Amino acid sequence: MLITRRNTLLGSAALGASVPLVGARAAVDDVPTANVKPLQYKPEPGASLHILRPAKFVDPDETIWRANTKKFSDTTGVEVKVDLVGWEDIASQTAVVANTGAGADVIVGFGPSAHIYQSKLIDLTELGEYLGAKYGGWYQLGQIYGRKWGGKEWLGIPMGGTGGPAVYRQSWVKEAGYDHIPRDLPGFLDLCTKLQKIGHPSGFSLGHAVGDGNAYAAFLLWSHGAYLVDEKGKIALDSKETQQAMKYAVELQKTLIPGTLTWNDVGNNQAYTAGQISLTQNGVSLYYSLKNSSDPALKAIAADTMHEPMPLGVSKVRPETCLAISATVFKHTKFPNAAKEYIRFMMEAEQYGPWLEGCLGYWCQPLKAYSSMKFWQQDPKLTAYATSMDTPYYHGYKGPISAAAAAVLNNYTLVDMFASVVTGNTTPQEAAKLAARQAERYYKTA
Amino acid sequence: MGTAIQAPARDHRFVPAPGGWLTRLFDYKPFLVFLCLLPTVGLLTVFLTYPLGLGIWLSMTDSTIGQAGDFIGLENFQDLWDDPVFWMSVTNTIFYTTVATAGKFALGLWLALLLNNNIPFKAFLRAIVLLPWIVPTVLSAIAWWWIYSPQFSIVSYLLVDVLHLSDRYFDFLGTPWAARCSLIVANVWRGIPFVAITLLAGLQTISPSLYEAALLDGATGWQRFRRITVPLLLPILSVALTLSVLFTFSDFQLVYAITRGGPFNTTHLMATLAFQRAIPGAQLGEGAAIAVSMIPFLIVATLLCFFGVGRRKWQQGEAND
Repeated sequence: MLITRRNTLLGSAALGASVPLVGARAAVDDVPTANVKPLQYKPEPGASLHILRPAKFVDPDETIWRANTKKFSDTTGVEVKVDLVGWEDIASQTAVVANTGAGADVIVGFGPSAHIYQSKLIDLTELGEYLGAKYGGWYQLGQIYGRKWGGKEWLGIPMGGTGGPAVYRQSWVKEAGYDHIPRDLPGFLDLCTKLQKIGHPSGFSLGHAVGDGNAYAAFLLWSHGAYLVDEKGKIALDSKETQQAMKYAVELQKTLIPGTLTWNDVGNNQAYTAGQISLTQNGVSLYYSLKNSSDPALKAIAADTMHEPMPLGVSKVRPETCLAISATVFKHTKFPNAAKEYIRFMMEAEQYGPWLEGCLGYWCQPLKAYSSMKFWQQDPKLTAYATSMDTPYYHGYKGPISAAAAAVLNNYTLVDMFASVVTGNTTPQEAAKLAARQAERYYKTA
Repeated sequence: MGTAIQAPARDHRFVPAPGGWLTRLFDYKPFLVFLCLLPTVGLLTVFLTYPLGLGIWLSMTDSTIGQAGDFIGLENFQDLWDDPVFWMSVTNTIFYTTVATAGKFALGLWLALLLNNNIPFKAFLRAIVLLPWIVPTVLSAIAWWWIYSPQFSIVSYLLVDVLHLSDRYFDFLGTPWAARCSLIVANVWRGIPFVAITLLAGLQTISPSLYEAALLDGATGWQRFRRITVPLLLPILSVALTLSVLFTFSDFQLVYAITRGGPFNTTHLMATLAFQRAIPGAQLGEGAAIAVSMIPFLIVATLLCFFGVGRRKWQQGEAND
């Protein structure tokens, strides 16, 4: 199945170049691979590539990526230009490239882009299946973002995701009588109540914070078994479960630090760094900014920090999603084989392993085999991030992935639904109806 | 002025045209007028008419970022009509504009009168007054955002931790009305310099002899203000008011940087809501419809300011009664 006219077996030149590199990095030894038939694409003669990807999280994210790219160029002779684009611009730049049919050959963009622009993309089924077979299979979220909705075809190759579990101060949680974040919702409410009592309240944003606010709103919904749309993309927000989620949010809000409704995406980071809150939900960046600080007080907070999944509630798996990126190849590229070969090359353990390790947990792998890399175990604080992509949840769950889900996020539809209820400005019924109405409008046009 | 231009042209016409048709063409007045207007018309078309036309067109399509969309008539406007968030943004905008403009003019006029007096370091003080206006709005917005922060507000810090006047930090932006008022304060702070400096310029043009004459007639300070300053300041006041209303009505940066329309969309102005829906939300058509909805309000506001305040005979070049 893996052999087509486009791929050939490993050429002797490529083999010669990659063998010493395998030995050069101990990191890749941790990655178990299945013995599958190798896949390689032969770049078109004189091929060159233009790649867009989101701006780096940490320096190694970019330097190792560029080093891997250089290795690719040296091996294949394909010249590659990599442009790093600001996070807020990548979606609009993807839209422009897709609509003008010009520009970058490969875009490593946000997960939903592969679905939104699928008619403009080259099929990557062969590559997706090869990588899955070789590296222990794809995590659920990788499959959801990578594959066509309800189909087997691969539209994009997921490259990583960055999750947002609970971030907390161990000493204060212990003081409140808990060793871990409780797995159940009443226990979690009890923890937050006790944290407030000891003067170290928790804080979850319900302000206009695209990342944090939406992550908290999603947690509230999913942990109660509620969801925005059903499998067919029909709005399913006006439900008993949503009402329960809102009731829970009202109770939880009473235990939080005042002002969470005004927090933007840095609000909880600032409050946590200042020692004003004991518990929040965030990416690993918060921990690293504390750990890498030259201020001993902040280093002490980092040492006291722990990450754990948010409580499950009625959900079987952690009710969190992550911001995932996928590599997509556009039909307008003159060098489809070079583009596919580039993605394959970057996803192979020799390149991907060091990159993942260098990113220090900022990115979680979409391929299961990479979870056994040693660095995930070395710092127990990272464990909660190691399986961020092992989740069926995504923004717009359970519906087909579309531009509408992004519109709901960016218009804070769900965040505002909870915010208006926890402040007592709207009844849960009205809030759910209003949010459903807004969401319906986006789902209608998408 | 017309005769001065026409005279040499007429002379020219009597001389046999040396350059043939080209010279005659340039002597043809309608053509010359057309030619001279061309750059302006071109600029207006490219930078004003086209974007405006495109905005109106987009407001009648279901375009999203990434899809050109189809013509859907007035559907976007119908949807907005039933959208409580949109109506909230309309009332917010009107409230914000009215209260903030009133505040800016009251304080700005007061400041201008103060600065018009002979005070030490006059030039220095005038320069200082301009500061809020010189600082890029986004920077001052960030400063205000810190001032209003629920955890790190300097105001809360002073009142709670230093002066012990209150036992808890203020939640400036956490409830709808507090947030709206906080935004208005920030906007007034930023708008005062414009009003003050403009009115100060107007005050400087009032001849001191009028005040001297009034003094000789025994007019009180209030009478001098009421009978001399106000009427002579009205023309510039109406211009400043119009501009200020326009600036405030279409304000975006302060609100977007401080609250992003939160909490739960209760501080959205029409401009921020239009941006929110069009760019981050990718619903270009809907965003354009909101922006287009601003036009009638802006026209009414402009006309009200200009004619309401400034309708005086001397504005139309006639003598005052």
